[in-house]
Amino acid sequence: MEFEEEDSGDKPSWFQRVRENIVTKTKDKKSTPDGLWEKCPRCKAIVPAKDIINNCYVCTQCEYHVKIGSREYFSILFDNGKFTELDADLSSGDPLEFTDTSSYVDRIRVSQSKSGLKDALRSGTGKMNGMPVVIACMDFGFIGGSMGSVVGEKIARAIDYGRVHRMPVIVISKSGGARMMEAAFSLMQMAKTSAKLALLAKEGVPYISILTDPTTGGVTASYAMLGDFNVAEPEALIGFAGPRVIRETIGKDLPKGFQSSEFLQEHGFVDFIVKRYEMKQKIATLLAMIWDKKAK
Amino acid sequence: MAGTYFDFEKPLQELQEQLDKARETHEKGKVDMSELITQLEGKIEATRKEIYSHLNGWQKVQISRHPERPYSLDYIEHITSDFIELHGDRNVKDDKAIVGGFASIDGETVMIIGHQKGRNTKQRQYRNFGMPNPEGYRKALRLMKLAEKFRKPIITFIDTPGASPGLEAEERGQGEAIARNLLEMAVLKVPVICIVIGEGASGGALGIGVGDRVLMMEYTWYSVISPESCSSILWRSWDYKEKAADALKLSAEDMLGNKLIDGIIREPLGGAHNNPEAAFKAVKDEIKKHLKVLKAMEPDELVTTRVEKFGSMGVYVEG
Ligand SMILES: [Zn+2]
Repeated sequence: MEFEEEDSGDKPSWFQRVRENIVTKTKDKKSTPDGLWEKCPRCKAIVPAKDIINNCYVCTQCEYHVKIGSREYFSILFDNGKFTELDADLSSGDPLEFTDTSSYVDRIRVSQSKSGLKDALRSGTGKMNGMPVVIACMDFGFIGGSMGSVVGEKIARAIDYGRVHRMPVIVISKSGGARMMEAAFSLMQMAKTSAKLALLAKEGVPYISILTDPTTGGVTASYAMLGDFNVAEPEALIGFAGPRVIRETIGKDLPKGFQSSEFLQEHGFVDFIVKRYEMKQKIATLLAMIWDKKAK
Repeated sequence: MAGTYFDFEKPLQELQEQLDKARETHEKGKVDMSELITQLEGKIEATRKEIYSHLNGWQKVQISRHPERPYSLDYIEHITSDFIELHGDRNVKDDKAIVGGFASIDGETVMIIGHQKGRNTKQRQYRNFGMPNPEGYRKALRLMKLAEKFRKPIITFIDTPGASPGLEAEERGQGEAIARNLLEMAVLKVPVICIVIGEGASGGALGIGVGDRVLMMEYTWYSVISPESCSSILWRSWDYKEKAADALKLSAEDMLGNKLIDGIIREPLGGAHNNPEAAFKAVKDEIKKHLKVLKAMEPDELVTTRVEKFGSMGVYVEG
């Protein structure tokens, strides 16, 4: 949000949904039990929706990682998709009575009814391969996944929950950065979440940051980069300054692959890149290797 | 007397020109102008008071960027002695946009760290316009850890248009460098006082801004984005910077009212550049006042209070 989003991603439907009657001309009718097909925005292949879902929302043809939200991540990561949501009733105030081309209050209202979400992050506690964990996940569909007071507070509380109950904390980032409409309140969420992570670290409880497409601005400059383990999905855009800002500053095009997950791993800021359908297993294995709740 | 006037200071500039002329005539000894001179001097003072009594957000942003405003090294030179500058992050290089080192304030050793801008074209480039790269933040952290090791308080001066956006900054982890400072500063076991002396732009400012006391000088700004960038993103035009400055509530008064800072340091009439000596004294007095209180606190109490302070920032509805 600090940076203009190149790809708004605000559309609730990630793939271009193709109705049966449109694709029957070219595709085999018999293989569409639910009648729903998806068109991959990258390779343009038209694949049954259920294949994509079963593949953790990764294109079965080209491995494109579809932009998904907290609902999908929770169903992928928590055992049997079961979890208890934390702080579900937090929603944004309007501390600055902010108005640009429309009022912040209206933006919130529209975003809430469009997305069915209260704000840009949900958190919950449940089990991953039997191990109790706390997961907080950002929703890009809510004002570009921007971080305001609600996002900051819910992350802070999720970290506190993990510290008090001695559960590993996992935060999944997907954000355009700080929420301008909360100005300095939004800025201070960076300090707040980072301070809470310092307390968590003192207690020796693991923190895993999962960076997904896109993770930029104030989110990158706080909790997203502070993992004991920084884990990225393939080919995600991850950076502090937005690509447009950098391009305008240096006055030339950016090198290919700049600010991608692979670029960050190469430069030493991401521990490993994991495909989404291997994410749960790999993270659960890692946690099982290092984490003993009773040890302190 | 400052030589650069803002649009909103136009009446002042005109009066000053009249005054200069009157003085010249007087000095040439042709006509006795002393009465007019006194009159004009009084008028300038009154006009300046009038203008500065109701500045809007954008005007304060302009003052915070005045080319003659004191920078970090000016404060260091005038309020400390024995400044020993320490260079480098022990890894990549010495970032010139952040300076730091041990110094003495009336016999007390402190670590002073600040963003540094340049005054002329050459210096501005040398200091990268006060926009640090990751190694600047890492140098700052190294110095803060040194201060903690030797149990010396830390003072930071914030004055940046933002962390540097560039290829090298991204390659070397600008986001990680700032994030690491936020985490580490939150739990430093020595007193930390942060003072916004000019521009407080976003993460680039906050990267040396997590303190027990965060103070803003009267004519500075602090927010998540500059009014110009905010205008270009939300209004999709550069023309709404004044509106954006008001909407962002980025002035010292607003920031204090929202409990996002701990105090305001009053500036001399017309801004710090108008009477630097007075500004240096005001800053020094505030540092000494707050240090006295903070030094009486136990290290654990400092950390707990600091984390709680930042932990309580934010406005939301529950239920
Ligand atoms: Zn595909």
